[in-house]
This record gives sequence, structure tokens and C-alpha cells, in this order.
Amino acid sequence: MRGSHVIAEAATLAGCRFYAGYPITPQNELPEYMSGRFAKLEDATFIQAESELAAINILMGASMTGARVMTSSSSPGISLKQEGISYMAGMELPAVIVNIMRGGPGLGNIAPSQQDYFQATRGGGHGGYRTIVLAPYSGQELVTLTMKAFDLADTYRMPVVLLGDGLIGQMMEPVTFPEPVDPATLPKKEWTLSGAKGRDSRLIASLLLDPVKMEQHNWKLARKYETISQRETAYEPYLLDDATLAVVAFGTAARIAKGAVNRARKEGIKAGLFRPITLWPFPETELKTLAGKVKHILVFEMNLGQMLEDVRLSVGTEAAIHFHGRPGGIISTPQEIADVIIKLAYRHELD
Amino acid sequence: MMTITKTIFSGFGGQGVLMMGYVLATSGMHEDKHVAYLPAYGAEVRGGTANCTITISNEPIASPVASFPDFAVLMNTPSVLRFEGKVKAGGVVFLNKDLVDVMPKRSDIEVVQVPVNSIAQNLGNPRSANMVMIGALVAKTGLVSLSTVVESVKEIFATKGLKVHEINAQAIKQGAAFVQKNNP
Amino acid sequence: MVKQVFKKPESLKENIYHYCPGCGHSIIHRLIAEVIDEFGIREKTIGVPPAGCAVLAYNYLDVDMGEAPHGRAVAVATGIKRARPDFVVFTYQGDGDIAAIGTAETIHAANRGERLTVIFVNNGVYGMTGGQMAPTTLLGQITTTTPGGRVGLRDGYPLDLSQMLAVAAGSVYVERTSVTSPKNVIKTKKAIKKAFQVQMDDLGFSLVEILSPCPTNWKLSSVDSCKRINEEVVKNYPLKVIKDTTQTNG
Repeated sequence: MRGSHVIAEAATLAGCRFYAGYPITPQNELPEYMSGRFAKLEDATFIQAESELAAINILMGASMTGARVMTSSSSPGISLKQEGISYMAGMELPAVIVNIMRGGPGLGNIAPSQQDYFQATRGGGHGGYRTIVLAPYSGQELVTLTMKAFDLADTYRMPVVLLGDGLIGQMMEPVTFPEPVDPATLPKKEWTLSGAKGRDSRLIASLLLDPVKMEQHNWKLARKYETISQRETAYEPYLLDDATLAVVAFGTAARIAKGAVNRARKEGIKAGLFRPITLWPFPETELKTLAGKVKHILVFEMNLGQMLEDVRLSVGTEAAIHFHGRPGGIISTPQEIADVIIKLAYRHELD
Repeated sequence: MMTITKTIFSGFGGQGVLMMGYVLATSGMHEDKHVAYLPAYGAEVRGGTANCTITISNEPIASPVASFPDFAVLMNTPSVLRFEGKVKAGGVVFLNKDLVDVMPKRSDIEVVQVPVNSIAQNLGNPRSANMVMIGALVAKTGLVSLSTVVESVKEIFATKGLKVHEINAQAIKQGAAFVQKNNP
Repeated sequence: MVKQVFKKPESLKENIYHYCPGCGHSIIHRLIAEVIDEFGIREKTIGVPPAGCAVLAYNYLDVDMGEAPHGRAVAVATGIKRARPDFVVFTYQGDGDIAAIGTAETIHAANRGERLTVIFVNNGVYGMTGGQMAPTTLLGQITTTTPGGRVGLRDGYPLDLSQMLAVAAGSVYVERTSVTSPKNVIKTKKAIKKAFQVQMDDLGFSLVEILSPCPTNWKLSSVDSCKRINEEVVKNYPLKVIKDTTQTNG
């Protein structure tokens, strides 16, 4: 099954019943699948909006009613959606936002890229908020992380970003799906717009004109983000037990890096892979611990060094940090990365 | 031992290029191998040409992209010009003999020419030319077994009925037979 | 014994309006509350306020409300209504909100025939930000960004959004009224009531455009502001039923 279809199906299985989006390559297969899938469900709504702006705001309205909602787009479209994402972060509305990244800036191209790491992990829009950012690297992880995204969004009442790229969106791999979640069995949301019956009328808004109240709200969000950092950080270690050099990579780049690590191992180099699954919160503590053991870290990204900054913040001076990156939609081969690892091993006399 | 093979399929839109890739990927999956199907997408897809890359491996696949494919199935002349130079030394190129009017110049690759349109025409269904080619590819390379391919095709076209399935099965077998006779 | 002849509608909160003297918002809020009361739909009505002076409409209207970014009220309302078709959903928007930054969302919602009711308050200026030119500002009108008066070929012409929305096949009922006299207020209430009815009958998109005074930014007295609407503004924006296909659609 194609990656974009896997996300759409997994969302449906997670109980998502509301989708609004606008066409943009390379993620068009997702809304196409969703429109057909939702047509078969009586309680589901699919809307092709007139713009990304409209799509995210329609999603905002649907989320206010308590529905599990999703939108998807690619880099330029995600920029347009930042308005709504900021509002939803402020109003504490759950939503799942899929970004199938392409090369940029501007219109860029439609090739796979990881150039939106900064935008995704720093909130993206105005107002100093965060979104949880999940980075799937395989077809099967598209299933698990898409479904998990909905749970996280509901638990913490915030937008969750699923950050993929054109390669993972287009690629077909065999996957297995779990049993569907019945939306009726999900925990009831007590904060929704549901009509002022037997209670005071309710308001969902991000406007807080009083600076004291605004500050309180910002602190509330900050405490929530702190809780998420402590509880939800996820990463995958690969061949790290005896490693002298660790590659740090996420998503598609991590896939390529895994192949590179295997090749380097064949050359007798003790290389391993540290793969962040949550990009925000970033697995800082775990990476810092690793840095105390490996001495050399190679960050590999399909951009010119964005996660690199988080690695530097986490590692400090615990290990030497090296970087290799290809922006603009170039897909490195496992051999290319293996060659970088091998050179580093020779230069620093790693065994 | 690691065995990882990459096959590129390329041709005009409408020649069933993506379907060939899908059949191969599905067959690999049925044989419990790791598979990845990566279609070329974007502007070029709308331009009338199509290509896809199939990776089949006995261990998890690092990159589904093929810089240097082991095999290339080239259904028209532009595809030959585009992919001939990329095939790995010692690799095999499969040409649609009915439509390709150039020969690869390289001497370090094997060239298999199959008149897939003619064979399909004789079978009474010109549209099964891609099935002839997949039969030829599998018979020559042993990427998956011929019977798995036949079963996968039956499954993929389950809604099309018995007659279509019989033609497809015939096309796959004739493609295989052609290669076994001419390029053993 | 005292007989009560005038009382606060159920759907209106006790709060004192923050609007300027002579502003039309307070009248229009009350009319909406009265209509909600008369239909008995307070418990299933959801409102979407705009960015603008009426951003605080939720301080007065006692129904569930969800805020929208500037111009996106109709999009947010679409999401609410599509997720919960059993609700009665209305937006409350000014002319800058609906006819400048939110034009695209509004036209497309009308074109899809979203079962929403839009209350479009047209006072010809950006009120909250200090009286800048709005899309609806009249030619020659002086605002803080058209100090010499609005010039068509430089600043654009007064935009008749309601007329544009009437063209959309999904709109069913579009009427323009004003609140400059008791008679006009009564007409406005009737129009709002009909617009809600159109939604509840599941017919399509409905909108009431209300010409409303902004004495503060017009730098006129309340009385002169109403006079200006009656004598000048209506020449550009005539009061009438612009579209009504309730009979054919029903």
C-alpha cells in the first residue's frame, strides 16, 4: 500500500471522521484515498476546501465539536496552514496535520526533503507554541504513528504534526493494520461546543486581552509542553551498544543511514544509529547519555543542518559532532553515507 | 547473506509500466521478502512517461531509490536513452523489441529483447504486453517464482473475471517461454 | 402592579456593552438573541464571532461560541456545521473581515451551499483598528488611510459582496437591511429570522447584510450617522432582498 494511503487508512482506523484539505503534490493520493474511504462511512466528512487557509480553519471548527480531525499538505501548503495551527495551539484544539515535505524554499520542487524541520519543531506559526512532531520512517510506522498522533492530540489537546516526505508518501511497502477504533468508544471530551444545554454557554477562543490572563495561559501551555517532554519522547537505537560512532537521522534519512551503518559494520567500523521518532519533544537526555559513550556523532539530514542544532543543544561538548546533508530533494545513497562514516573512522582512528 | 535487487520499469503511460512494478512487488511480498515500490511522481508523471523502482531484499530495505539498478525493463526508446547508462555492470536490460529502435551501446550488460506487443497481439489481447514482459523478466532473473507472479496477477485483477486471468496467465507463460528459448 | 413590557432576551448576557455610543452592534446583537429565543434554539446554536469590534460578541450572546481567525469565520463555521449538522450555526462578521481578508472563504462557502447564516455588519470602515479604508468604503470617503478620499482606480471601488454572493448557486437567501430607524430594525429582525429559517430548513447559504453606523470613525453624531446611511450609503448599497430562492429550493 502506498504511504499516503497508509496514513489515510490508519487515520480512519484511529476514528478520524473529518478531513479537510487542498491539493498539492506530493500528497494528493492522501485526500484522494480519504474521499473514497469516507464516502463509505455515514458519520464521516470529507471537504476539498478552496485553499489551505480554508482547510485548516474548517478543521478548527470541526475540532471544536470534538471530532477527530486531520488535514494534510506539503511544505508551501503547510506554511499557509500555520495561521490555523497557531490558533488551534492557543485554543488547545486537537488535530493531526500531515506534512509530506518537499524541497524549498518557496515553490521549491516536489522531491523528498526534510527542509521543514525548523518550521515543524519550533511551532511554525506565531505566538511561541509547540506541536508534537512525529517522524515515521517505514510503511508500518506510518500506521502506528498516525494512530498514535490522534491519541496524543486528544490527550494533550493540541495539534500533532506527522512529518514525512515525498519518498515515504509515495513508496509502497507491505503493512498490517490493527482493528479499527470505534469513535463512540473514545473518551468523551468535556470542553467541546455542544450547545448550552443544562450548563453555562461555552467559549473556545485564543483571544486573551488581559496580559495577566495571557501570561497564565502561556504558563499553562508551557507546563503541558514540559509534561510531554518528560512522557512522550521516543527514539530507536540501532547497533549502539558497542558503537564508537553514532549516526543521528530521522525519517527517510534514517532509513538510508541504517543501510549505511550496515555497510560500515561490514568494513569493521562500530557504527550505530540513533533515530529520533519524536522530533519535538527531541530525545535530548537519551542522546546526551549516548554522547558520553560514542565520542563521535554524525548527523545526517535531507537539508543543510536543522536537527543538527537540537543535537548540538543536547550533546554539548560530550562528543564531536559532524554533519552531512543534501537539500533540495537529493536522496543520498546508503553508500554515500557509508563513505562519510568510513572517512570519519579513518580520520579519528575509530575502531 | 544480503541479497538486494533493484529493478526499474520505464515506458509510456498506458503501457502498464507501473502495473508491472506492482505485480513484481506483490509477488515478492507473497514470498515473504522485503519489498518497496517507488513510483516516479510529479510533473513527469503527467507528461506521458512513467517509471517505478522495485526493491526486493531478504533484509530490511534502507533506500528504495535505485541509483544503479540491477535490472531495467525498458518499454520504449526514450526509456533506453534515459536508463541504459545507469544499469549496474553485469546487469540485464529487457527491451520491448516491438517499440525500441535503438540498441544499448554498453558491452558490460546483457540485453534481452522481447517482442511483447507481437506476442500479446497473437494472444488476442494487446493490452497484456506488460504481462508478457513480466514473465520474461522473472524467468530470466528468478527474482520471484513464475507461479507466484501468476497468483499475484490473479489476485490483483480479481474483479476482472476468469477470461482476463487466463489471458494474463498465458501472456506471463509465453514471455517466460520466449526468454528460456532465446536468452537462457 | 407593574406590567413588564420590555425585557432582556434569554440569549443575551447581563454584561454592559463596550461598544461606542450610536454603534449598531448592540442593536444587532439583541436582534440575534431575540431570534434565537423565539425559535427556542439557544441550546443548539453555535456562533462564530469575527476579528474586529465584535470580537467580544461572546461577552453578550449567551450561546456556545468558537473564535475564528480574521476572515475565516465562515470556514470555521463550516467545520462546526459539517461535524454537527444538528446545530444552528451563524457567523457575525464586519465588512473588512468578510469582504476583504475573508472573501475567498465566504464565496466558496456560499457556493457549496453551506447551511450557515452569516450576519454581515457593513459600516464601511475598519472600526477596531481605527477607521482605515474597508472594501466597502464609498468613493470620496475620507478614512485614516484615504486622507484625500477613496479613489476608485487607486484604492479600488466599493465592493458589493452580497451581490457577488447572490451569484453563487449555493446561496438561497441574501438580503440587505439597516438599523437606522425602528422600522428598519424590525425589517432587519425579520430578515435574520428568515435567514435562520433557511438554514433550519436545510436549503443552503443565507446572509443578511446590515448597514450599520460607526459614529466614532465617521466623525459624525449618532443622528447624522443614520442620516448618512439613509441618504448616501443606500445609493451604493440599496436596501432590498438581493436573492431569495426559498420557494424554488424548498
